[in-house]
Amino acid sequence: MSEPSLAIRKFSDLANPTRFLALVAIVWPYLAGLTLCLFAAGLYLSFTTTGDYQQGETVRIMYVHVPAAWLSMMCYTVMALSALGTLVWRHPLADVSAKAAAPIGACFTLVALITGSLWGKPMWGTWWVWDARLTSVFVLFLMYLGLIALNRAMDDPTRAAKVSAVLILVGFVNIPIIKFSVEWWNTLHQPASVVRLDGPTIDPEFLWPLLVMAVAFTFLFFTLHVLAMRNEILRRRIAVLRRHAARSAGRPGDAA
Amino acid sequence: MSHAFYVTASYVAAFAVVAVLVLWVWLDHRARHRELAQLEAAGIRRRSARSGEKP
Amino acid sequence: MIPLLLRDIKLSVRAGGGALIGVLFFMTVVAVIPFGVGPDLNLLSRIGPAILWIGALLAALLGLDRLFQAEREDGSLDLLLMQETPLVLTVFVKCLAHWIATGLPLVMASPLLGLFMNMDEIAIGATTLTLLAGTPALTFIGAAGAGIAVALPRGGLLVSILVLPLAIPVLIFGVSAVHAAIEDPAPFLPPFLVLVALNLFFAVIGPVAAAAALRLSSD
Repeated sequence: MSEPSLAIRKFSDLANPTRFLALVAIVWPYLAGLTLCLFAAGLYLSFTTTGDYQQGETVRIMYVHVPAAWLSMMCYTVMALSALGTLVWRHPLADVSAKAAAPIGACFTLVALITGSLWGKPMWGTWWVWDARLTSVFVLFLMYLGLIALNRAMDDPTRAAKVSAVLILVGFVNIPIIKFSVEWWNTLHQPASVVRLDGPTIDPEFLWPLLVMAVAFTFLFFTLHVLAMRNEILRRRIAVLRRHAARSAGRPGDAA
Repeated sequence: MSHAFYVTASYVAAFAVVAVLVLWVWLDHRARHRELAQLEAAGIRRRSARSGEKP
Repeated sequence: MIPLLLRDIKLSVRAGGGALIGVLFFMTVVAVIPFGVGPDLNLLSRIGPAILWIGALLAALLGLDRLFQAEREDGSLDLLLMQETPLVLTVFVKCLAHWIATGLPLVMASPLLGLFMNMDEIAIGATTLTLLAGTPALTFIGAAGAGIAVALPRGGLLVSILVLPLAIPVLIFGVSAVHAAIEDPAPFLPPFLVLVALNLFFAVIGPVAAAAALRLSSD
């Protein structure tokens, strides 16, 4: 009985931004160090394993492409959970989290698109193929950009957060539909002979570097996310302080 | 072009994007820190900090 | 609810309401396409359904920012928010009125534009039918965008940017149903039924999201 209530108390302790900032100050060097170690291991593994007999050296692109694509989806999931936190539990940090995650998610989606295109050129002979996966990642990229534009267009951060939370959730519900319809469209318009980016089975030789790189990218995301959340909290704090200063400056005899 | 070109290009591109991201977070943090310090120097503090200082 | 429906239709049809601007925009976009791709009739008849669909999609997005904007400007949005009837229902009726005033004219104009595109009778009929089934979905999902952008000073362009990615499934199934009707081996019904299902799905999601966004941006 005391176990869940303790967990809930810990979670709502985090709602206090000052406590969150203190926690971030302790945690982030470890997170960053772990990320660097994982990346060192992952890069070492991905350059020492042998190439695929069919795809040659280009299989090494997979070790950045697939983790980036996976993160682009995980980041949206994190944003959707934060949006739920904003709308349902009114958790004060949830909207900060959603806003901080959007540019990071857009960047990882961009990495997935660029590396996918660079992989497509030697494999398919062209930079861009309207392949189902590439297309849906591109649509996801557009959605990230729309969310960032919406956040930048509003002045009041709390209202912007609430309204974009609605949009995030609508998008989250729609992503499976978009994915399904793009796949339908793709089978309708293209011969099925396109080489899939990942084969039906992955040799364990490639699995290890891929897994390590995926974990490294995940930790990179969390490090950046936590730090971006800290920046966002500081930015809001500064805005509040400025407003107070402006208000007290307007009243004579009530300095500071 | 050889396959090695595409492999290096994709690693370089991924690194560049991640570097831009890290740089953005870092520069943002420095700018915010400086603004907070300026506000503090101007005598503007948070209410909690003020009450802790002079109870 | 019926008075609200009639009021909204009247407001948008009368001068300054902007319902006919959508149709004009639709016709202009479709008329401009041949200048871009050339007057090759075979090519035009092949890409005609897709052009009609894209034109209708853009025209449907064009008037969306007015869905709640006028109510917000004259303050009647607050009255709608304070009513006892659920806000979701009010938003649904407003979407319906908006569709009757702007979406239905698009559907009725599409056979005429189909003739310009050198499409045969089956293609014209299929395009009109799929537009009839698909444009409500565009209005409903667009209502979510309009509710989100209502608090913004220049929300019009942003609504289109936010809504277009979400409208991709409607476009895909609308166009593929038309293609299935023209080309024999592919069955017409599956994509058409998916289109209708999307319509029903968005009819739930759109008003709910729009109502939530309106409530959140008002307080």
